[in-house]
Formats: sequence, structure tokens, C-alpha cells
Amino acid sequence: MSKKLESSFKNMVLSLFLISVVMAAALGFVYNTTKIPIEENDKKVVIDALKLVLPEFNNDPTKEIESLDKLQIYPASLDGNPVGYAVKTYTDKGFSGTFWLMVGFTTDGSVKDISVLQQNETPGLGTKMKESPFKDQFPGKNPETFVMKVKKDGGAVDAITAATISSRAYCDAVQRAYDAVKDKINSKGESEQKGGNND
Amino acid sequence: MTNIQQFTKGLIKENPALVLLLGMCPTLAVTSSAINGLAMGLATTFVLTFSNIVIASIKNFIPDKVRIAGFILVIATFVTIVDLVMKAWAPPAIYNALGVFIPLIVVNCIILGRAEAFASKNSVFHSLLDGLGMGVGFTLALFVMGSIREVLGNGSILDIKFVSQEAKTILMFVMPPGAFITLGFLIASVNKLKKA
Repeated sequence: MSKKLESSFKNMVLSLFLISVVMAAALGFVYNTTKIPIEENDKKVVIDALKLVLPEFNNDPTKEIESLDKLQIYPASLDGNPVGYAVKTYTDKGFSGTFWLMVGFTTDGSVKDISVLQQNETPGLGTKMKESPFKDQFPGKNPETFVMKVKKDGGAVDAITAATISSRAYCDAVQRAYDAVKDKINSKGESEQKGGNND
Repeated sequence: MTNIQQFTKGLIKENPALVLLLGMCPTLAVTSSAINGLAMGLATTFVLTFSNIVIASIKNFIPDKVRIAGFILVIATFVTIVDLVMKAWAPPAIYNALGVFIPLIVVNCIILGRAEAFASKNSVFHSLLDGLGMGVGFTLALFVMGSIREVLGNGSILDIKFVSQEAKTILMFVMPPGAFITLGFLIASVNKLKKA
């Protein structure tokens, strides 16, 4: 076994510098190789969620994206006619901090479906928000008439047993999404009515 | 110690999680399901094996006074590689579940512990065997723990549910107290096994 390098100032600086250079080069290489798959993955997660929560569409909603604060609105259309909006929404009232949902609305403002994008809720409790029967309460409901609050708070949503905080946060996120697209849906509805009168 | 023993000592006799009691943070935190435990174990094994190899091969070029800094540089590099690779090619559900615990492998005591106690004093080949053995032992411990917690707490194994959707399961086991209880029983069993 050869002798160890002496701990002189020059040796210490030199050896750490060399290690850093080699490791940085290795990291740069891996970063470049994984960059494209990671971007594609991120995009795929969004597109899969969009397909799940929106009615059938054939445009590319990721290209017509609108941002509103931290929310992102994806307009969907079929052969040029708007069929709905998907909103990437969040809540910071979760039991373990922020979680993200993708909420799809049809043009009349009712919920088409909801997909959980990212969450850290308690396994077996808060994570039940991804499962029936909790998630089945939302499709077809319009937050205008369906009070987006858990029953404990005077709303219409059945909370998950032992996960009221997660349920409450879920409603908060959906309500936030609805608030973001409400104006769009209402103005659309009115303009369509006006068009009808002209005919 | 023969080559084989260098590898097998990590499985039971010096199992990093259940005997050396190193790396308790991921052991307790990510084992809420079998698949999470397995993925975390494999990620750690990868980092441990490669950092052991690199550290054993450069041990004579690192002056003693800055050896910890040098080790951490090497370890952090491999952890970042695992993080990027998992982000690119692992199923998103697993990557999300492991979340913050992948970057935290950097400060996992098993890895720095093996670098300091073994790789910096032994040959490259023995360090490779030691890293693999310790990694497999750690993976085994996390997988068993995750399985027990998933079966008792969620009524499923590897995400396959074997009780009805409405059946009551022992929820406590997927929550933090269940992790401590499971760990306690596992440590006791391994102690018994070692004495036998």
C-alpha cells in the first residue's frame, strides 16, 4: 500500500479541486443524457392527466396554456369548438403541505373529472382522495350549486373518514380551479346566448 | 475474511439497518409500502457500491485532513446521478413517493460510514463486495419492513389488494408509529436469529 498524500495546503486544494472537476464532468454528462427524457416525462404526466379529466379533445392544450397566479389553464377543443378547460390547481392546506390537482371542467362549468398530480398526504388516509367513493362525488357537479366544502363546514362533500383536513384541502383546490375558469365559462355562456338570439 | 464473507456479512450479521442501526431516517420514513422500500434500497445500493469503489481507488490521493469533504463530493455526485436517472426512467409514482429521500441519501450514515470505516482502508474489490453486501442487506431490511407495514396497514402487497375495499386494516402500520413498532420487532427477530 503506497503512502497517503501528506495534508499540506497544496495537496488538499489540489486533490479536492481534481475530485470536483471529475465529478462535475460526470454530472454534466448524466444531466445532458437525462434532460430530454425528464422533460418528456413531465409533459407526459400533464398530458395523461388532461386526457383523464377532459372530454374528448383534439387540440394541443399544452400549447394554448394560460397562467393565472400559480394556476395553469389548459383550454381544450374538438374540431375548433371549445369543449372544456382543465386547470392545474393547488392547495397549501393539505395535511402534509401543498398538493396539486388537475381539474377538468366542461363548458357549462361542471366538473368532468379530477386527477391528483402530486401529493404527500398520509398513506391509507389522505391518499384515499385518489380512490372511490371520495373521488366519485365530484364528476358532473357544478361548484356553483354544489357547495365545495366538507359537510362539517356546511358543504356538500362527504369527507374521507379520519382525513377531514385532506378532504377540506381537496375542496379548496377544486374551488380555486373553479374560480379561475368561472369568468371564462360565464362570459362564454352569455355570448352563446346572444348568438342564439341573433338567429 | 474471505471474499464471500465480505459480501454476506451485510445481509444478516452486520445488516446496516437492523444490526448497525444506521440510516434510520429512510428506514422509518419510506417503508410505508413494499415497493417504496425496495426502490429506496436499490437506490442506496447503487450509491453505496459506486462510492465505495471510487473512494477505495482514490483513497491514497486524498489527504487525511480533507478526506470527509472528498468522500462527500463523491457521494453527492452519485446521489445526484441516481436522482436524475430515476426522474428520467423510473415510474413517476415511485419517484414522487421517494421524493425528498433520494437527495437525502447524501447524508445517509450508512454510506459515509462504509466509506470511512471500510472503503478508505481496504482494496477496491473488497470495497465493491462490502458495498454490494451492505446495499443488499439494507434493501432486504427495507423491503421486509415495507411488506409487513403494507400487509397490515393497507391489506395489500406490492400494490395488489387482497382484502375488500371496505375492509378495515390496521392503519397505524402505514403511519409513523407503525414504523417504529415494526422496526422494533424486526431488530428483535434479527437478534434472536444471530444468537441461534
